Amino acid sequence: MNAPAYNFAYLDEQTKRMVRRAILKAIAIPGYQVPFASREMPMPQGWGTGGVQVTAAIIGPDDVLKVIDQGSDDTTNAVSIRNFFVKTAGVKTTTSTAAASIVQTRHRIPERPLTEDQVLVFQVPIPEPLRFLEPRETETRRMHALSEYGLMHVKLYEDISRYGQISTSYAYPVKVDGRYVMDPSPTPKFDNPKMNDCAALQLFGAGREKRIYAIPPYTRVASLDFEDHPFEPRWAPGTCALCGATDSFLDEIITDDRGSRMFVCSDTDHCEIRREAAASTPQAVIAGRSTAPNPQSSSADDHEVDSGFRPEAGPGMTGRR
Amino acid sequence: MSDIKNSASTVDDTPLLQAEGLSKWYGRQLGCRDVSFDLFPGEVMAVVGESGSGKTTLLQLLSAQIAPSTGRVCYRMRDGASRDLASLGDAERRFLFRTDWGYVHQDPALGLRMAVSAGANVGERLMAVGWRHYGRIRSAAQEWLDRVEIARARIDDPPATYSGGMRQRLQIARNLVTNPRLVFMDEPTGGLDVSVQARLLDLIRGLVAELGLAVVIVTHDLAVARLLSHRVMVMKDGAVIETGLTDQVLDDPREPYTQLLVSSILPV
Repeated sequence: MNAPAYNFAYLDEQTKRMVRRAILKAIAIPGYQVPFASREMPMPQGWGTGGVQVTAAIIGPDDVLKVIDQGSDDTTNAVSIRNFFVKTAGVKTTTSTAAASIVQTRHRIPERPLTEDQVLVFQVPIPEPLRFLEPRETETRRMHALSEYGLMHVKLYEDISRYGQISTSYAYPVKVDGRYVMDPSPTPKFDNPKMNDCAALQLFGAGREKRIYAIPPYTRVASLDFEDHPFEPRWAPGTCALCGATDSFLDEIITDDRGSRMFVCSDTDHCEIRREAAASTPQAVIAGRSTAPNPQSSSADDHEVDSGFRPEAGPGMTGRR
Repeated sequence: MSDIKNSASTVDDTPLLQAEGLSKWYGRQLGCRDVSFDLFPGEVMAVVGESGSGKTTLLQLLSAQIAPSTGRVCYRMRDGASRDLASLGDAERRFLFRTDWGYVHQDPALGLRMAVSAGANVGERLMAVGWRHYGRIRSAAQEWLDRVEIARARIDDPPATYSGGMRQRLQIARNLVTNPRLVFMDEPTGGLDVSVQARLLDLIRGLVAELGLAVVIVTHDLAVARLLSHRVMVMKDGAVIETGLTDQVLDDPREPYTQLLVSSILPV
């Protein structure tokens, strides 16, 4: 063995070239899943090995990396991936969306609009949008090749016939540049409109499934829907208890075992910036307000089910659209 | 009246489906040998024979699901041009299969999506050809459930909750929703009890007459052939041994094997 013990950003240069070739092909064919020889990474599959390999292939010494997990900079997954690149590449890291040149994400797109100088890297568990409708890989590939996407609408039809609306609330299928149907990874459908005509390059890596796909900057990304049931982004009908935001994607946090709950921004950086801005302007009174326990919201326990948030949630939840 | 007759006769002059010298070998095992026939629009042809006589192989050859070892199948497209199925691209063939053709399996589980609702099963072909209006898809599905005598209230139930006869009727609705011109049926009444069979046959006969479908129906049940078909083709050991009008073949069989088949029907 005469291979060097250390290489910048963990992967050896040949592997990076292979991943970059897959990325280039993915950019050239927007939404198309390019197979690549996914490597073993020093973390379990399912922890973002696909995203880590894409980031490792594109990162340079001057890059500034931000890693988020469900919008948050300080969860285990985000912290360990950030530490991984600090250790193996010595790059600067940040929690600020504006300061980052590469944002690796699991399940969210930052609230702040991205710029042309930024790359968004998604960690993808299951890249195939047709997987649960058609189990055969040979068949799904042929369906992509021939643009046979009727089956995707069968799923949406089922949603409407069961729940009266398209209840798919995350991993909502999109059509990229009018050609390939793509799974935007399990991001909430609230984030789907941000993918459309986005200034930043969006890369998707699925480590276990060995696929890379991409949305080049300023590409048309349309969420699938019916003419009489158009796509609607949804989010919790509430106000962030920390910063008072009503237009950001909110996480619901249960605060005790008696039904108390509060909503907070899922994007922690966005929330912090808003709180700092509010603190410097004394007139802003909403900051720090907490939501009182709400006796009528006990029936809203099914927030976790796929049918999305219920618009008729109880009083005290303002900012409903 | 004469106009209708004239236009009908000009259309019927050319066959919808032509098989020429079809043979299929599975390695050294013979599937079927040297089958030729013409099928005209609105015509129902039954292929009868015992198990292993090559009926299903023939049906798969005709519907381009497997490629013949020799011979060819030509289909007259909607534009009137007759095309060799082997010369069609993958996309064209699959499109044909979704729109202009139907294929009714013996086991409805093969032809249906058992986990999605009946309405979505019927609507799938419509969505595949670009329908994007939920209300219209649903009303088309409802109309077809009515036609195959499935209660409207069952539209949101998955076929897994249906009885065997209902599943088979649903499969027929799913196939006919795009107004196909040619339907392949592989033992559509197999595995159903006699009263359900009778009702299904009645339904198929009504729809075939109403829609002017051309049908190739494979069956081992001569009663099905007699009820539905205009012509009968008898197969044995992969070859066609006798062919003719249904009453002629069934009432006055020429070949010893056909005579045996006809005499094997159990009297009630």
